[in-house]
This record gives sequence, structure tokens and C-alpha cells, in this order.
Amino acid sequence: MAEAQDYTLKVRRFDPESGEQAYWRDYGVELDPERSVLDGILQVRDREDASLAIRCSCRAAICGSCGVRINGKSALACNTRISDAQETALNGAITVEPMGNMPVIKDLIVDMDAVHWKKIQRVVPWLLPEREPPEGSEYKVPAEAMIDVTQSMACIQCGVCVSACLSLEVDTEFIGPAALAKAYRFVGDPRDDHTEERLRDLAEDPHGIYDCTHCFACIEVCPKDVAPMSQIMRLRRRATGDFGIKDDNNGYGHEKAFVDIIEKWGTLHEAQLLPRSFGQGSMIRGQLEPGAVKQLLTDMPTALRGLRSGKVTPKKALLHPKLPGQKNVRRIYEEVEGKDERLELNLYITGHGGDEPEPDEDEGAMAEGSEEA
Amino acid sequence: MPQHDVLVIGAGLAGQRAALAAAKTGASVGIISKVHPVRSHSNAAQGGINAALDPEDSWESHAFDTVKGSDYLGDQDAIEIMCKEAPDELLELEHLGVTFHRNEEGGLGKRAFGGASAARTYYVADITGQAILHVLYEQLMKHDEVHRYEEWFTTALVQDDEGKIAGAVTRNIRDGSMELFAAKSVILATGGNGQVFNPTTNALVCTGDGIALAYRIGAPLMDMEMIQYHPTTLAGLGLLITEGARGEGAHLYNAEGERFMEKYAPNKMELASRDVVSRAEQTEIDEGRGFPDGTVALDITVVPKKRIHEALREILNVGRDFAGVDITKEPIHIKPGNHYVMGGVKTDTDGRTSIPGLYAAGECACVSVHGGNRLGANSLLDTLIFGRRSGEHAGKAAKGAPMPTPSQAALDSENARIRAVFDRERSSRRVSEIKAELGKTMDEKCSVYREEEGLREALEVITRLKEEAKTASVDDRGTIFNQDLLGAIELQFMIDNAETILVSAIERKESRGAQYRTDFPERNDDEWLKHITVQPNGDGETPEIEYSEVTLTQWEPEERTY
Repeated sequence: MAEAQDYTLKVRRFDPESGEQAYWRDYGVELDPERSVLDGILQVRDREDASLAIRCSCRAAICGSCGVRINGKSALACNTRISDAQETALNGAITVEPMGNMPVIKDLIVDMDAVHWKKIQRVVPWLLPEREPPEGSEYKVPAEAMIDVTQSMACIQCGVCVSACLSLEVDTEFIGPAALAKAYRFVGDPRDDHTEERLRDLAEDPHGIYDCTHCFACIEVCPKDVAPMSQIMRLRRRATGDFGIKDDNNGYGHEKAFVDIIEKWGTLHEAQLLPRSFGQGSMIRGQLEPGAVKQLLTDMPTALRGLRSGKVTPKKALLHPKLPGQKNVRRIYEEVEGKDERLELNLYITGHGGDEPEPDEDEGAMAEGSEEA
Repeated sequence: MPQHDVLVIGAGLAGQRAALAAAKTGASVGIISKVHPVRSHSNAAQGGINAALDPEDSWESHAFDTVKGSDYLGDQDAIEIMCKEAPDELLELEHLGVTFHRNEEGGLGKRAFGGASAARTYYVADITGQAILHVLYEQLMKHDEVHRYEEWFTTALVQDDEGKIAGAVTRNIRDGSMELFAAKSVILATGGNGQVFNPTTNALVCTGDGIALAYRIGAPLMDMEMIQYHPTTLAGLGLLITEGARGEGAHLYNAEGERFMEKYAPNKMELASRDVVSRAEQTEIDEGRGFPDGTVALDITVVPKKRIHEALREILNVGRDFAGVDITKEPIHIKPGNHYVMGGVKTDTDGRTSIPGLYAAGECACVSVHGGNRLGANSLLDTLIFGRRSGEHAGKAAKGAPMPTPSQAALDSENARIRAVFDRERSSRRVSEIKAELGKTMDEKCSVYREEEGLREALEVITRLKEEAKTASVDDRGTIFNQDLLGAIELQFMIDNAETILVSAIERKESRGAQYRTDFPERNDDEWLKHITVQPNGDGETPEIEYSEVTLTQWEPEERTY
């Protein structure tokens, strides 16, 4: 055991009964560096002020109670080492405040029901088999399918991704990373017989799967490697690739345009993105699409700003250069599309060979996401 | 006043299973939990659930393993029911949506576990408890006719004049309001009491509330001396490393590099019963063959890496986050640690306690299927089978029965009790200090090895703490989320648990299962093949001991070797 060291926790306190605003208070704690921020908070409660409120129970990142923001970053307090938190502390003090995107009830406790659980309810979070279950036996399903959904079953409903989600910040109605990961748990489950309806529902909802901006925040903060954004991308792939669901939000067309443009140029040809999105990938069809004109008008100020600032020039906009080494980009496409099965880099089935060196967790998650970008 | 035919207290596996089963009978059901249901400690059951589902296996074999594991203290009629009903229960969970691991043919896959003569443990990676808990909660969300009271804390059970259950007094944690519930029956499913010990694998919520609530109204507790120390817990924090690791082939070594289980259980080695492995480890440590931090080593590197990623992922995380160890590359230091209470509120095989209308299921109950020692992966099974049976029985019993009217006096007296907590002197001892002394005392004197003198010393300490707890100071006088107040109430629940554990451990003058008395090192079937029960004596203060017969059906006690 290392020697105990002194740390300062700067905790955001809020007492709803006081009539006062929330305020910051500093607490000194003495802990072994490998202990957690939660241990620090519990020490404050034990020694100094037992009125400091935080939900917590298992201390082992299993129960999902102690989601907070530490130095601004959403995390479970119990699996954030206090010495690690010290490294990102501003002015020497580790700040601890309640999770974002949810109303605060008291101190570090937020109203999960008002946001998180409401969104979970939204995705019809129970199995919907049509058939009677087999008599005296289990459903026979591929082993890989069960391991695949185990990644989203690993979700402990802590709300840390909900707290970190940038889309939720601007669209509070967004179904959000946790609930959509939960949705994948049913979409990916071969025992569920409502796969297409579920996907259509989530694709058509303007706050559904196409509301994710692909920012990776949820993947970065998830304490259980559920990689919610990857589950959202899987939902999109299932919706478009397996069921050809062409939604009102034009998410299908937008995604197809992205993929086609990158295949052709290697980088994003922004002037082509909009028309191709409406043409479901095709430039020509896109120009005939009435929705495209409407969208173009909405987007015009952005385009003009780009022109004014010099980010975009008419030349750049119309003549987009191919990436040097575009051949290699195309090779990736050929490699991926040439496989019989779709490449799914689920952390539970990454196919780690016996002695092969493997990428560490974070790299794995990045690889998973980058496949989409 | 909220009214329900069946009121379930606690929303882990036993509670949720009971609520769903009761609702299926048509009864109106409420389920109360002091934490959101998915925060319940059932989450922590990593390894799996036992069932003799394979045609080559048999329920008799499962039952015999359980009887032998219990060191013949388990009641064989209850064990037979549990093992017979296990396969159907498992299939029902699968049909509800639990993502059990599959074999290559797409059927349910299984793994080996301790104390079992066949591989019969079904699992979801090493998050089995979590997966089942979350799937049951999916069902609760679906069946919203079951009324959920999430983040409500039960402070007392209420009886009518004849002693029959009439309801419960609760505190809505969110707004601090006190509420009297009327119920034809109450099912306690509040889990274990690991927080009485420190360290423990148990979550902070495991404070033995239901055990104390029942004890306080006179329900006998049984087998309370039987406290399981799990063989593989992290030193210091006490966090659990699943038995699944050994099930997958991991080895135990002492500091001299010796695979010491050869000496203690030459046949089953690391997969002997938990009490056997824990004692072996403790002996190695006590005799100086452990590491300087008071541990031995668990070597998981012998398990193929792919298998670790697929089946022991949680342990990979626990090793990395809480011990700084990559379990695929190096051994991890572990020691025996408090894990489970085999004892609890004495029930019959339908979950009924001696108080009419009061049921108990899961870890807070003692049916007794675990006797002196619980086998790994039998606890999930216990919660589900007896949770369901309690729910079914209570639901059916409610039909045609009148709704009781619990007395307002019960609510008044709980309100007075809470006001009294707020009126305590701020200068008195802190709740946290008393709790720390309680946990340390119990772990020092009432763990893997016990003897009378130490147990009596512990009882003296606990008797003092019991007085101190009555005046322990609280900092928070507010109504919204006053966790400090709840902590003060829980402390008194925990001390009731500790006291009954100690008096039972002192009483049992033999070594059986988890109770190893260095002053009585042999099992003594002539005198002690019986359950010890405890209930409060007339003054309601001191525990009174009685005995209860062990039910034997087809297995006579034999010498127990692994």
C-alpha cells in the first residue's frame, strides 16, 4: 500500500430546503492514491459532514449509483482513482459535481427518473417474442448473437453517458446513448420478433438514432465499455443495411452520402453532401428532391459564413481534390465489403487470439467507432 | 394510505421475482426498495446460476452436492424443491430474455463451479446477477400494474392485535414523508447483512434491514452463525473475484509458489466448497506462507485470453481498476472475505415465517437450503425459487382475505422515533465511528476461525455499541434525501444482526460449514445436527436461543471431503 496523501475535494453542494443557490465547498481528505474519489467523499461524510448526499452502494462499478462529474468529466466516483483525478484537477482541487443533463435533487444526487428512466421506457425495454417459447427448452440462438448483445447488457444504467451526451445538451428530447444501447440489446437479440418495427420507430423519431452527432463522448466515459455510440451505429447499420429503412429524417440518405463521398474522394466533399443526402447517395436524384431545396435554404447562412471566413471557396466547393493515396481508402472499402459477414468489433468478440498482442481497451473502442467515420 | 394485497420489501432478485409471481396470481402488488431496483446487490452475483438441466445431470446430484456443501445442516426437503424446480426456473428466465451464454449448438452453455460434481452453472459472462436483475426489471417496467416505490425505506413492520401482519411504516427518501402501508401480506426480500463486517464483498446497502425488522417483531432467525467468507476477495477493499475464475481453471498459490489446495482438497483442488478453500487460504496465511499483505495468489493467466475476455470480463475490469493488475498477465492477490449470510429469517418452503402474513425470501431468509455453507451459484437460484414461491403463496392467500387496517399508532411511534434521532446531542459518537468499530470487531473475532473467548469479547463490544447507537449523532436534519438519518437507523439494524450472529456462534460448540471453532474443531452430529434459532426474549432486548430439527430426507450425514 502506498502512503496516504492529502487531497482537496471541491464539491458542489445544493440543499433544496435551504432556499439558497448551489455552492462549492472544499474538503480535505487523506487517502491512499489508489483509492477512489468515492472513498474520498465517504471520508468527508464519515469524518466531517454526513449530510453530503450521494447515491452509492457497491464501490465496484457494478450498481451504477455514483455517477458524478469529476473535474468536469462524467464518471463513476467509485472507479475513478483519486490520484488520477488529481492529475486533471484545476488549481489543485478535484471538483466533484452532479451529473449533467439531469435536474439536481440534492448535492450530487440527480433526478434519473425524469430523464434517464423516461428514455429507457421510450424504447419498449422488454423482449417481444411473437412465438410461444419452446416447450421444456431454451430458444436456440447463435452463441455469437448472445455474446454480441452482452456488451449492451453490460450497461449498469448509471447515466454517465447521458450526463456526457452533447446531443442531449441541445436536444433534450434525444433518446440518448443509454436508451439506444438498451434498444440494441433487443434489436440484436434473435429472440425478439419486432426488430424491424423497433428500427423503424427509432429511425423515424426525429430524436432517434440519427440525432447522434457521433462525438464519442459516451464511448469515452462509459465505465463498462458498452460503447453506446457503437450500438447506435449498429442500429443505423441494421436499419439501412438489413431493412433499407428510408426514414423521414433522411438519416439513411445522409449516411449513404457520407459513405459514397469518402469512397470517392477520401475526405468529405461538403458541397456534395447535401444533394447526395437527399438523393440517397445519388447526386442527380438529390437535385430533383424538393426536400433538398428546403434544407439548402436553411443551411444557406452556414454556407455563406464558410465562404466569408475563407473556410470554403467556390473553387474548393466545386472541385474537391481526392485524398492522396485514395487507393488505400478504397482498399478498406473492398476489404470490409468483401467479407461474408459484417465486421462487428464488439469488445466481447474481438477474437483475441491466444498469444497475439491486443489493443488496449481505448484503442479497441476507437477502432470500433472509426469504422463509421 | 397505500394498500396492496402483497407488499414486497426489497427489489433485488428475490423481491422482483416475488412481485412478478404475486402479480401473476391476480393480486395487487407493491414493491418497495430503499434504492432503485437495478442498484440492488443481486448485481454482484457474477458467476452464474445452478440447475441440473443437462439430461446427463440430475436434480438428485445437484441436491446431494448442496446437502454436502451445507455440511448436512441444510434442510433436505427445501433443497429437493430448489433443485427440482431449478431447470424450469432457468428456462423461464431464458424465455423472459436473459442473454445466457450459448454452446456451439445454440443451446445453453455451462461452466464448472465449486463443490459441484458436474458442470451445471449457467451464466452471462461474469455479470449473471446483473443480467437477470435487469431482465426482471424489464418485466417490472412492462407489468406496470405492479406498483413500484423506488427509494422508499421501511422503518418498521406493523401487526394487528392478533399478531398478523397488517402493513409497514416507510419513509419516502425523496421527500422525507412517512407513509403507512396496509398489506395483507409482506414479503421481506432485503438481502444480506455483509456491512456488519468490514471488509466485505457486500454493497453499502447490505445492512440486514429485513432480518432486523422481522426479529424485532418476534420472528425467529435461524443459522445466523453461518457467515460465508468467500475465498477470493481483494485485500483492503474486500471486492469480489468470482468463483467463475476458478471454475474456468485458475489456480491458487501461496507465497512459496506452492499450489496449496493439494494438501486440503486433493480431488476438487480449487473447486472445493468455499468454506474449505477459505480455511485453507487462512491457514496458509496464518502459518506464514502468505504474502506480506496477508494474501495468497490467484493465477488466472492459465485461462486462455479469449476466454477471459468473453467470460471473465468484469474481473478484468476489477483487477485493472481496483488492484492495478492485468489478470491476463499476472496473478492477483486475494484473501478470504465476508460475503454471504446463510442464516436469516426462518421460513418454510413457501417463504412463510412464524408471523402470520410475513414472508421472507432470498438472502434475508433461511429456508434453509444453504445450511452451514452455500455453494457458489446457488444463491441466485435460492432468490428466484423461493422468491417466486413466496409471491405465489402470498398472492393466492390474499384472495378473499380482508384488507387489514394498520394502526395509526404505528406511524406515530415511527415519527416519534425519527424526531428523537434529530434531537440527539451533536456531541455524541458519530454513526460512522460506531459502524467502523462494529465491522472491525466482527471481522477480527467472528470470521474464518472463531473461539469462545474472542466471540465473547466481540459480544461485549457489540453490547456497548448497541447503547452508543441509540444516541449516535446525525448531521443532517433535513427531509429530502436524508441519507444520514437512514444510516443511523441502519446502524441499529446492523447491531441487531451482529448480536444474533455472535450469540449463535457462541452457542454452536462444534465446527460445521462456515463455523469453525478452534476450541471445538470437530463436527459433532450427536449434539449439533440441529439449527440454532434466535428471537428476542420477553423484554425485547436480549436474544433467546432455541433449536430446530434439521430435515433429512435421503442423505445421512457423512464425512465431508473434497
